[in-house]
Amino acid sequence: MADEPTTDPADDAQPTPNPKHEWMLGQLRDALDADLLESAVAFDDLVVRVAPGSWRHAAEVARDRLECDYLCFISAIDWQPAPREGDDAGGDTSAPVQPTEMTFGAAGSAGRFQVFAHVQSTGGHHGLTLKTDVGDEPSAVASWVPVYPGADWHERECWEMFGVVFDDHPALRHLYLPNEFEGHPLRKDFPLLARVVKPWPGLVDVEAMPGGDAPEPAAVPAGDEDAS
Amino acid sequence: MSTTDTPATGFAVDRSALHHLADAQVNVELDTGDMILNLGPQHPATHGTLRIVVRLDGERVVTADPIIGYMHRGYEKLTEFRTYPQVTTLINRIDWLSSFANEVPFMDAAERLMSIEAPPRAKYIRTILTELSRIATFLLFLGEMAAQVGALTPVFYGFRDREYVLNLIEAATGGRFHPNFNRIGGLKDDLPWGWIAECRSTMKVVLNACDDFEDLVLGNEIFEARTRGIGIIPDHVGPSYGVSGSNLRASGVDWDLRRDGPPYLAYPDLDFKVWTHPDGDSYSRYWVRLQETREAARMVLQCLDGIPSGPVMAKVPRIIKVPEGEIWVETENPLGQMGYYVISKGGTGPFRVKIRSASFSNVSILPWLLRGVYVPDVITILASLYFILGDIDR
Amino acid sequence: MATIPTLALNIGWGTTLAIKTIVVLTVIPLGAIVLGYVFLMKMMSHMQSRLGPMDPGGFHGWYQLVGDGLKFLQKEDIMPAESDRRVFAAAPAVVVMSTFLVFLVIPMGPDLVVKNLDVGVFYALAVSSLSVIGVLMAGWASANKFALLGALRAAAQLIAYELPLLLAVVGVVIQAGTMSLQGIVLSQQRGSVFGWGGLGEPFVLTQFIGFALFLVASQAELTQTPFDMPVAESELVAGYMVEYTGFRFLFFFIGEFGTAFAFSAIAATLFLGGWAIPGVHGDLANILGPVVLFAKLMIVAFLMFWVRFTYPRLREDQLQALAWKFLIPLGLANILLTGIFKVAL
Repeated sequence: MADEPTTDPADDAQPTPNPKHEWMLGQLRDALDADLLESAVAFDDLVVRVAPGSWRHAAEVARDRLECDYLCFISAIDWQPAPREGDDAGGDTSAPVQPTEMTFGAAGSAGRFQVFAHVQSTGGHHGLTLKTDVGDEPSAVASWVPVYPGADWHERECWEMFGVVFDDHPALRHLYLPNEFEGHPLRKDFPLLARVVKPWPGLVDVEAMPGGDAPEPAAVPAGDEDAS
Repeated sequence: MSTTDTPATGFAVDRSALHHLADAQVNVELDTGDMILNLGPQHPATHGTLRIVVRLDGERVVTADPIIGYMHRGYEKLTEFRTYPQVTTLINRIDWLSSFANEVPFMDAAERLMSIEAPPRAKYIRTILTELSRIATFLLFLGEMAAQVGALTPVFYGFRDREYVLNLIEAATGGRFHPNFNRIGGLKDDLPWGWIAECRSTMKVVLNACDDFEDLVLGNEIFEARTRGIGIIPDHVGPSYGVSGSNLRASGVDWDLRRDGPPYLAYPDLDFKVWTHPDGDSYSRYWVRLQETREAARMVLQCLDGIPSGPVMAKVPRIIKVPEGEIWVETENPLGQMGYYVISKGGTGPFRVKIRSASFSNVSILPWLLRGVYVPDVITILASLYFILGDIDR
Repeated sequence: MATIPTLALNIGWGTTLAIKTIVVLTVIPLGAIVLGYVFLMKMMSHMQSRLGPMDPGGFHGWYQLVGDGLKFLQKEDIMPAESDRRVFAAAPAVVVMSTFLVFLVIPMGPDLVVKNLDVGVFYALAVSSLSVIGVLMAGWASANKFALLGALRAAAQLIAYELPLLLAVVGVVIQAGTMSLQGIVLSQQRGSVFGWGGLGEPFVLTQFIGFALFLVASQAELTQTPFDMPVAESELVAGYMVEYTGFRFLFFFIGEFGTAFAFSAIAATLFLGGWAIPGVHGDLANILGPVVLFAKLMIVAFLMFWVRFTYPRLREDQLQALAWKFLIPLGLANILLTGIFKVAL
């Protein structure tokens, strides 16, 4: 029983409506009203964008009305394209070419930063992705810790990597990085330090594989006795 | 048993070092009778560089604060500067004990974004190799949790039997630990001659090993005394922390992404049982993983019986360019639920990859779980949760 | 049977003392090495489906522990900066000293005993508990929280398990009618089982409860799994010994295995008949005695180490509960039964 070809994943234009998605959207619209800004379906996953002011309320709706007891993750997206100095001129073929314009994904975005989370239901086997906009600074948003205790670490990581502040979080401190670390690494304007410290050397001359050119015997160090 | 002297006077505590904790829970002012102990980052029980700062009252834990990040490699940043095939090499090393299983969801994501499908034979072989990685990592767990509890011998049996499975993986892919065998659209190569017969006999060895572990470890009264009732995760607390996989099934939650999630690989064709245990303690976590090892061996045998013939690689362009889109893919990895949220802007590399790793959430429950337990029980609980540092830190 | 010339030599008091000192000083480390090699290196390895040392010395790596000992001797003597230097240095000596002192009363032949004390059993048990002090000293002086935890656990455990040890031995004393170890051996040699004197009367036959108690309690006294909480490798990484390196660690190692040797010898003496084989007396016994005792103590040590490599470890409170709530009542019941049978029969 291979994957059914009837629902072609690329055909986002006319997907077969999923009754679970309809039910979830209905409940969310009912509870959030105008705060439900946009929704979309991306490859069997319902993506919903809510207003930042009702971020925690959306979590409560998801937990109570949509039966989503399982917190999968909370993270953020920085939609700004990474700066592209030098990747064309330097002939750096190691890294993919970065996009030039800021475009947004499923369910749109109002600015550069978005916080997104995925919650699921262990009993009903459905889930959804929630997104909210936090603008360009990014601005603060309510914490999910009172709703899902596991949000503690996810929000710490989000703050550490993107700089999004979560109000009412018990202790917003560094998770992965040392306490003195400055900057928020996952932002697009934070360079990949590995390439800054040591630029990609490009293709280097390598020795021919065995069977090609024979290696010079002089290359082998003399006096290689095995010491037992 | 606790001393009445403040330990801070007996040992010259380096207070400047303590300030680095910057910790809301663990304060620098030591109460009389409480002792702060650092479990890690170098410690045999923490499976790698995990550090837990526990505050002890005698032998009881008052608060526990795990400090992670000693192995943080910045994968999510790195993926933004790598092409899709290059990302495969990176994500292999997230959960290094079952590395084949890490690649599967990402391959799935890339393939679905490109609207290509791996051929059925490739799916079956991927399933077999995923289940083999599951067996490999669980055999290590079965031995090593016994070692944490004090029994020195089952570790060697676990490693010995794991060698057979690793030899199989190496015969098929060329690598024991980081096979790097997946390609977008299928696999690098087909299976070698005689591999299927060898795999069948190895599964018999694995099933025998599971029986041995059941008698030797699960049947041991001292093991039971050390693990029953220890570290109970109730079934309403686990999901709210994101605990997944065998840990959640050991609390009685009947949820397995191979059966309940969107269909992936060859799992829709297989007939397998999802094992749960109502207790939610360390014993049940060991028990569930033991049963799942057996189940994985049976699944491999089923796959071997039903493996279709055909190509192992779909037609893909030479330079992989993935069209614009967003996708969330999750799979049932040995450690729990692993998922990738891939955002693509149409280039040769992803725009943003959010890696949802299982151990991160499994370990986040430790501050709640470790309150009030004895120090030896901390070790038992850590062993039974079974996390891999690479999975926590990415 | 040809007469064996008597070994009645005229040796002075000083020479005797010198010989006895040399014997005690060499037997303990030798015993420790033999036990360590045979059981810790070879038996454990084979049980874990591996080979153990194979190279040092050629034949199955017999030289391994000797080499290890020499290696430890030439290591740098590292002391933690915060430690209490004198206590830190004295602790291993205290532990090892108690082992040597125990060995003074163990008879290896009718005449081969360093000092045949009338209260041999009492002395042996009293002196073996001196090691608790050494452990506490080590844990405190190490200036290390893990060491302290280990030492406190050890102190609680060793004190708790002294009692079952004692109660197990009391049964033997009642049955033998004497506290002198030589007297206990002789009474086992002369005794008979249901009238048949072929085997003598090893007390293990009637004092089987006592034997089991003694084995369990000595396992705990040696801090071996399932009672190795103080030295829990996966938690405290050698517990109270964690800051010790070089020859100080060697002392602890000799102390641990030497005490295992001594306790096995005591168990063999009390329960299995010691150096005695019924029918062998006099000088033949003086020659065969050590060999026989060695064989019997290897059997006991085999049991102890077998359990060590098989079982997980008990948690501290479970360990204490086992001692106080189970073993001590069992020991008391054993004494009661022994007393009744001794008087009635």
